[in-house]
Amino acid sequence: MIAIIDYDMGNLRSLENALDRLGATYCVTADPDTIRKADKVILPGVGHAGLAMDNLVERGLPAVIRSLRQPVLGICVGMQVLCRDSEEAPGKPCLGVFDAHVRRFSPAPGCKVPHMGWNDLGNLEGKLFKDMKSGAYVYFVHSYYAGLCPDTVATCKYAGVMFSAALRYENFYGTQFHPEKSGSVGEKILQNFLAI
Amino acid sequence: MLAKRIIPCLDVKDGRVVKGINFLGLQDVGDAVELGRRYALEGADELVYLDISATLEGRKTFAELVARVGEAVNIPFTVGGGIRSLDDASRLLDAGADKITLNSAAIARPELIGEIAAKYGRQFVVVAIDAKTCPDGLWHATTHGGSRPSDKELFSWAKEAEERGAGEILFTSMDHDGTRNGYPCPVYAELSDSLGIPVIASGGAGSVADIAAVLTEGKADAALAASIFHYGQYTVAEVKRQLAEAGIPVRL
Repeated sequence: MIAIIDYDMGNLRSLENALDRLGATYCVTADPDTIRKADKVILPGVGHAGLAMDNLVERGLPAVIRSLRQPVLGICVGMQVLCRDSEEAPGKPCLGVFDAHVRRFSPAPGCKVPHMGWNDLGNLEGKLFKDMKSGAYVYFVHSYYAGLCPDTVATCKYAGVMFSAALRYENFYGTQFHPEKSGSVGEKILQNFLAI
Repeated sequence: MLAKRIIPCLDVKDGRVVKGINFLGLQDVGDAVELGRRYALEGADELVYLDISATLEGRKTFAELVARVGEAVNIPFTVGGGIRSLDDASRLLDAGADKITLNSAAIARPELIGEIAAKYGRQFVVVAIDAKTCPDGLWHATTHGGSRPSDKELFSWAKEAEERGAGEILFTSMDHDGTRNGYPCPVYAELSDSLGIPVIASGGAGSVADIAAVLTEGKADAALAASIFHYGQYTVAEVKRQLAEAGIPVRL
């Protein structure tokens, strides 16, 4: 059973639909015991990183998430809150699993913020990207990014910045892009996560 | 590199795609879902479903359709048509839509843009502007399918929409829509340069060269098209292949 953490950070319907298409079984929950006992855990998230941290704290989840030993996947803001801190939430520590700072894109000529649409991945490493090649396109919607760090397992370029498209530390994985919206490439990535 | 997006648009009436009925003989009510899935497989980057139903019953059918699209399609999709309140938007979000478009309702009550963006984020709100040149020499946004010019001038209205929380602007030139003579590229370029959010070009494409022009000279971030896909003139894959040959970054 996969636990999708429900902490009131955006619509979960797309993710549920994507897991349904893969035939995976899941529950949507904020219950610490259910999360601890799940085979895999997904931390989704669309919206404001500061609000996301507040919502996790309110539900008593930061310590629960940090203590997980099964594969965990953070998506978009779910990935960002697994980082050390974010410019979107000044002075507020995030979960600190990934050794990365999250910064805001500066608008550059011809590059609008948010970074929205399909962009290609580079420097793919590890199980999440098994049997995949650099150059695969995935769907992004974000104004903040995690910089490159030792946990980076995929990169992407936008507005003159090379940033972490995916991160991994031990059993924790994170994608800045939305695999649930990234066509067959995204399905492959979710499948790879389910197979870990 | 961020790819330019190609977005097929499907007009839906009472649950049926009305522009797409000639497409490969798909004719059943399920076609809106099937057509969307086919476009996604061919390489569409997003889909737009516009509800042109006039009745309450039709709107209910549309919400059910949105839920089925979400189940079947693995790329982002936008829905629009008749969204007048935060509740309307919430209902479509719950059904699985990734974005909604606002048109006449945003002109009637611009605060609606901010209300929806505050709740669901600006990436959820696309403001559609159907504009045409008016006797005063300016482009004015119109309502009711282009029939009624409003007092909103295109550039200032687009900027206002951005400031109120729009995540993208979908601009259709009513002077060009349906003509297949191409897009007014200088107008698109000026609009795109004046905004910090993406611009989607719509209406007027008669060929891949037209689409290429609006994505380069017109500085549009995406192009929306209906008839060139529905009637089998081009497949999405063919359009993208030709754009790639012209040196435009697309997802193949």
